[in-house]
Amino acid sequence: MTIKVNGKDVSLEKEVTVKELLEIQKVEMADYVTVQINDEILDRKDFETLTVKEGDVVEFLYFMGGGAL
Amino acid sequence: MSFTNEQMERYSRHIILKDVGVKGQKKLLESKVLIVGTGGLGAPAAMFLAAAGVGTIGLVDFDAVELSNLQRQIIHLTKDVGKPKVISGKETINEMNPDVDVVTYKEWVSSANIRDIIKDRDYDFIIDGTDNFPAKFLINDASVLMGKPFSHAGIIRFQGQTMTYVPGKGPCYRCIFENPPPPDKVPTCKQAGVLGVMGGIIGTIQATEAIKYILGIGELLTGYLLTYDALTMEFRKIKLPKNKRCQVCGENPTIKELIDYEQAVCDLKS
Repeated sequence: MTIKVNGKDVSLEKEVTVKELLEIQKVEMADYVTVQINDEILDRKDFETLTVKEGDVVEFLYFMGGGAL
Repeated sequence: MSFTNEQMERYSRHIILKDVGVKGQKKLLESKVLIVGTGGLGAPAAMFLAAAGVGTIGLVDFDAVELSNLQRQIIHLTKDVGKPKVISGKETINEMNPDVDVVTYKEWVSSANIRDIIKDRDYDFIIDGTDNFPAKFLINDASVLMGKPFSHAGIIRFQGQTMTYVPGKGPCYRCIFENPPPPDKVPTCKQAGVLGVMGGIIGTIQATEAIKYILGIGELLTGYLLTYDALTMEFRKIKLPKNKRCQVCGENPTIKELIDYEQAVCDLKS
């Protein structure tokens, strides 16, 4: 199945949980990444149980500091 | 307020724009923008807002100019090293545009002073040009609780992102990022580096948002996170929903007072 992750097509062999997707995508510091699927921000506690489905549009949103120093 | 001949000439490229005109330029001259942090993001934002004729600009920063700042913080000059950043910033703005009243706050923002700083001139719009998460969450919460619009941004390495909060119109920063990461978990520019122009690009977008808000024109980055990757030259505008679980602007907000989060040790000035 194919999903979109941060605007790019990603092929997956089977449905995976959000937690697994973070691992597959080698997302650094996954504990601090916000995940949005189809315009909805997920509750972090659902990462282990919620699975991504064919056609889902996934956004990983990262903390970004920087500015003044 | 009527324009002098000098002002008519100075702002002629604005005045000729249908969406600005004399009326819009007058709005800019009567507007008040608070810029928290006069560094990578705040420096270019302040300079373009000053050049545009934003009549009152508040600058908040406790730091003094360091040589390592000059690679990106273009409001400060080599001769300013050692000088408080707010003073250096005020001097640059005064030389550029004498129409601008620059108000300086040589302070770090905290729960103890941010409300008073925002109230001081009843600022219309706030620009978050800070480098750390405790300040970013503080600015967000203060803006939400006080009903003030603000522009959030962050830059690191070759990347940047920004969003605009307008009360009642879309998500706040905390809707997307519930709580600050623990100190030292997410790298800062000091640790990871940042291409000098990143602040220029993203800070200038923040200034654009402030101007659009003041003029009431166009579409703001409200409900969107704009991300920019300088290496691939890719801009992405990600639609953001409002988060009904948001602790400060959600259906059952639990945050009613400002919070001072712990600052990463590596970010504290020695």
